[in-house]
Amino acid sequence: MADPVENERAPVIEPGYTLGSVTDKISSIVLTRPTSNAWFVGFGVMFLVTMMLLFAIGYLFLKGIGIWGVTVPIGWGFAIVNFVWWIGIGHAGTLISAILLLLRQSWRNSINRFAEAMTLFAVASAGIFPLIHVGRPWLAYWLFPYPNTMRVWPQFRSPLVWDVFAVSTYATISALFWFIGLIPDLATLRDRSEERWKKIIYGMLAMGWRGSARHWHRYETAYLLLAGLATPLVLSVHTVVSFDFAVGIVPGWHTTIFPPYFVAGAIYSGFAMVLMLAIPIRKIYNLEDFITELHLQNAAKVMLATGLIVAYGYVVEAFMGWYGGNRYDAFLLWNRLHGPYSFFYYMLLICNIVIPQVLWIPKLRSSPVWLFLISFVVLVGMWLERFIIVVVSLHRDFLTSSWGMYYPTRWDWMTYIGTIGLFLSAMFLFVRLLPMISIFEMRTLLPEAEVKE
Amino acid sequence: MRRTGTYGIMAEFDSVHTLLDAAKRTREAGYKKIDAYSPFPIEGLAEAIGFHHDEVPLVVLIGGIIGGLTGYLMQYWISVVNYPVNVGGKPYHSWPSFIIVTFEMTILFAGISAVFGMLALNGLPMPYHPVFNSPRFAFASKDRFFLIVFSSDPKYKPSEVRGFLESLRPRSISEVPD
Repeated sequence: MADPVENERAPVIEPGYTLGSVTDKISSIVLTRPTSNAWFVGFGVMFLVTMMLLFAIGYLFLKGIGIWGVTVPIGWGFAIVNFVWWIGIGHAGTLISAILLLLRQSWRNSINRFAEAMTLFAVASAGIFPLIHVGRPWLAYWLFPYPNTMRVWPQFRSPLVWDVFAVSTYATISALFWFIGLIPDLATLRDRSEERWKKIIYGMLAMGWRGSARHWHRYETAYLLLAGLATPLVLSVHTVVSFDFAVGIVPGWHTTIFPPYFVAGAIYSGFAMVLMLAIPIRKIYNLEDFITELHLQNAAKVMLATGLIVAYGYVVEAFMGWYGGNRYDAFLLWNRLHGPYSFFYYMLLICNIVIPQVLWIPKLRSSPVWLFLISFVVLVGMWLERFIIVVVSLHRDFLTSSWGMYYPTRWDWMTYIGTIGLFLSAMFLFVRLLPMISIFEMRTLLPEAEVKE
Repeated sequence: MRRTGTYGIMAEFDSVHTLLDAAKRTREAGYKKIDAYSPFPIEGLAEAIGFHHDEVPLVVLIGGIIGGLTGYLMQYWISVVNYPVNVGGKPYHSWPSFIIVTFEMTILFAGISAVFGMLALNGLPMPYHPVFNSPRFAFASKDRFFLIVFSSDPKYKPSEVRGFLESLRPRSISEVPD
């Protein structure tokens, strides 16, 4: 049976659950649990923050991007920083649902659903930024190749066009993956609902799923293939995002370490966000039996590992600046360490490299409070990383005469904080309206579901 | 198709093993048109009811090939034929630059084929289905397992099927109206 090491680890799901009790516990959160006042307050506040986003964007549409802090030489300000930050956060969902599925990490079954939802909302928040950053957002569809009367087409040698394809494919596939996973659970909700209107809505969404053996067979094949397709996709998305920088010749951008280091950073920040969401959710909805200490510990280990890859990326960047013999790269390194933004570079090193090392301590890895705080630090650190990459690289490039400084305006902040509101209000709606843990995948983890030969 | 007024006779089981065992024995008894329903995928159940040809991988392969070709040929036609632009002296047909969009289009088309191909092959969406008429069937999405012998089966005789299903010791048996 299980070896001694296995016995010491927390279980994926606490013992004593049956097919029926797992179903009831998860579906009752949506169907019968009364909506608490705290939920209304939380959602209400986040909704107001989302309204602030709309206000900021509305004013932007009236006035143009002059209301932001972007200037020459820093043409990519908060918009690109936030875009990369949000897209990176989205990566954990697909990693959990696709890559861990292929690796047969069954603990993923309790966190994949809300991690996928998190991915969708993060990609939606990310997607806003490039669109409003183009200056004339009503013409954003020009990014796509379509036959037009101007008889022009996108320029396919540009990483910015690659990015359009990568991000829109990623958004589409994440949405499909999330929805296909929901179908059997929507059927469960349809069959468990008492009220007729709920039955109708969940029934329409479940599309008549009835759990036939033939259907399950095709379903599992499609799910597995989708996971196989999403795995290279998720690795490609942040790679392509890093090409936006790496293909350019700006010092600090033009480096081959970017793709792997961006992907690792994405997963790093994504798991931090998963933890920041999972820790309060499991507490509030009493889901500690399903999202156990094992999940928190595993997420912490992934964070520790990817954080070290990110640290390696920083070391290589600095080493190449020092050793590479390119005076502009060397200056960039000097500027990061001693320039006007050096405070943020040191903060970045502290947030992303120094503080997360406490995760080596097993006690802290299983403490929800500590993990929550460390995840917050990592999210701040990863935001600073993108700020350093975008702003510090641009603000002092080749010609001293074109140096400048970047000062974000209140509109920059309102847009950024507004997307956090959008993300969290979508999460609030999600936990009330859909099963936040995949019910049918949880059933497969139970001893009852084992097929003995 | 012969109309009998019933869609089939359905037996309810309460564990994976009894269902798997029942499905195998029903096939062995010579019933061909049967199906099983479970709240989660069960390894070997599809084979036990005689389902062997899963076309989803083929659909995904075709979708992926179409996506890849669409991606590459679109870029070739745009960059070489319809709208050639000299960018930094790179050749019009700069194929390494075209790989990424080709890759993304392959994944996009293959992924869409996987989801919609699976739904189409399963005949979904199908809001109404006779099995939902069985009052116990709501538990198929919770913790019960069902086996049905369709009335379209050549060997179908209501009393015999009922008698046979009784011998499998189910929790309950019900006739599913058409």
